[in-house]
Amino acid sequence: MSAGQPASAGNGQDPIIILTGVTKVYDMGKEQIHALRGIDLKISANEYISIMGPSGSGKSTLMNVIGCLDTPTAGRYEFEGELVCDVDGDKITRMDDDDLAGIRNRKIGFVFQTFNLLARTSALRNVELPLVYAGVSRKERSVRAREALEIVGLADRADHAPSELSGGQRQRVAIARALVTKPSIILADEPTGNLDSTTSREIMSFMDELHSQGNTIILVTHEADIAKHAHRVIHILDGQVASDERGAAAA
Amino acid sequence: MIETLRIAGSALWAHKFRAFLTTLGIAIGIFTIGVVMAIIEGLNTSFADQISHLGSDVLYVDKRAWFQGRDAWINARQRKNIGLDAVEYISARAQYVSHVSPRIFQRGQLKFREKSLDGIALMGVHADMAIIQGQEVVEGRFLSSLDTDHRRPVTVIGEAVRESLFEGQDAVGKRLTINGRKFLVIGVLEKQGTMLGRNLDNVAYVPAETFLKMFGRRWRNITIAVKASSPELVNDAKDELEGIMRRYRKLRPGQENDFAINQQSSLQEFYDKATGMLWMVAIGIGSISLIVGGVGVMNIMLVTVTERTFEIGIRKSLGARRSAILWQFLVESMVVSALGVLVGFVAASGTAIFIQNNTPLAARIPPTWLGLGIGVVVIVGLIFGLWPATKAARLDPIEALRYE
Repeated sequence: MSAGQPASAGNGQDPIIILTGVTKVYDMGKEQIHALRGIDLKISANEYISIMGPSGSGKSTLMNVIGCLDTPTAGRYEFEGELVCDVDGDKITRMDDDDLAGIRNRKIGFVFQTFNLLARTSALRNVELPLVYAGVSRKERSVRAREALEIVGLADRADHAPSELSGGQRQRVAIARALVTKPSIILADEPTGNLDSTTSREIMSFMDELHSQGNTIILVTHEADIAKHAHRVIHILDGQVASDERGAAAA
Repeated sequence: MIETLRIAGSALWAHKFRAFLTTLGIAIGIFTIGVVMAIIEGLNTSFADQISHLGSDVLYVDKRAWFQGRDAWINARQRKNIGLDAVEYISARAQYVSHVSPRIFQRGQLKFREKSLDGIALMGVHADMAIIQGQEVVEGRFLSSLDTDHRRPVTVIGEAVRESLFEGQDAVGKRLTINGRKFLVIGVLEKQGTMLGRNLDNVAYVPAETFLKMFGRRWRNITIAVKASSPELVNDAKDELEGIMRRYRKLRPGQENDFAINQQSSLQEFYDKATGMLWMVAIGIGSISLIVGGVGVMNIMLVTVTERTFEIGIRKSLGARRSAILWQFLVESMVVSALGVLVGFVAASGTAIFIQNNTPLAARIPPTWLGLGIGVVVIVGLIFGLWPATKAARLDPIEALRYE
């Protein structure tokens, strides 16, 4: 399963994500909202992490920052040695929109709660989409997208539109899409939030399998039994890391 | 690029009827311009055809210029008439000239037995006129120098005159009367058709000398038609002719010409000036309708961008750069415009062919206009697609993903 291999095989001492004092302040006119208040975090290759916290805790903002969808207002963020953002007083180094898009494209595989597949577009075309933006040739795109669909067990549904697939199947297409670029991390935001418990278990065991194949996975969730799948659980509260526990969880 | 076209195609296909309506705006604009320009182009072509009878290598020496202001025209009326002796004067001296003939004109009445024709163009000419005007005789012969030298009462008639007076019977050898004078028909001219609405075949040619003798020489102004030795020598012939005519008129250096040398191109210039206005009007109407169509495209693109905010969010989260989103929407608006141009062009071509075949108007759409149309697509698509596409490209991925 070549599509499941991470881009770089690291070890515990070699973090791929380093967040230092990451702060995010939303300026809402009169008042300022502090979504993140100085987060320090290191994530290494092949870790299986869940980020937990109640709504409003800042975990979504943290996910957006890690996923390079958003940049912090202060602090430093390094991704595999590339400086995404470094705000130190007036000294600001920040990637522009296109560089961020490039990082998302090459290094991050997103799995969303709402699947976020293009409607009226076949599963295959959906999975191909990140490769389109990576400039991969049409022929190679098709081959790699089929491989990824095979990994999630949906090779026979390649020509189906999302509306013709069940919720669990849609999420598997989304996972295939996240895998197809062989990203450094898979970032799953409430991946089971829209699924029933049976399908949720199915998806989570699939995530476990992806981890055992060497992928780095970050789960954002508020459900404890989903978080249990991870080997490291980070609790976020009021924009700060409240706890960071490593434990032997189900693998 | 192919990928972008595929995306645009499927996006438009998803909203076929809307795309069709948007296309319609552009199509109507292109159709309007197409038909108006086709008619103008058709007029141009038939005009050029018609005035080609005058011959591009023929100069017309006259008392006054064909096209000039009112004051100049009144002024020219006071000039001395040009007499028949100028013909001899010119042919004896001109080097760049192959044929010279006078051209005396008046309208008159033709009669054959009890039939009569009014308003026929009577032309007093020399034998050279057949060559100057490139006219062929289909029956009998044209006037000869003997006819002119001896002031013979002979005439060569146009096809229409033969049709009306002789109804398809032999005309050569018959006697008819022109303004009450007896003439012998010696030839019939090949059919000429019309020029600027006038039937060129309603004509009777007689020797210039006979013309003056029979119909009077007092107050008679004549035009002299001069054919240059070759088309390339027209301008040399014109300069030479001016010098000869100045000597003929006994003008001192510095004195203004009291004659004019006209040619086909001066008619063309006049025509171009007149149709230039028509072009401006056509371009004005066309531009307005294209702008209306373009605004329609922009409006729909703005709606499309808003509707597809979530899709844009997905694409951006998967790593689409701004330029990729920008091009996606620009290509879409250009495809809409292109379809409009195509539909408009096909409709205008069809209408032009219909006009050509079913009305006296000529209409023609040169295929090169399709290239022009494609240029229009790029401009309309770009201008009116740019703002919506920029809006799409600048969307924030997080906000776009929240939108649904």
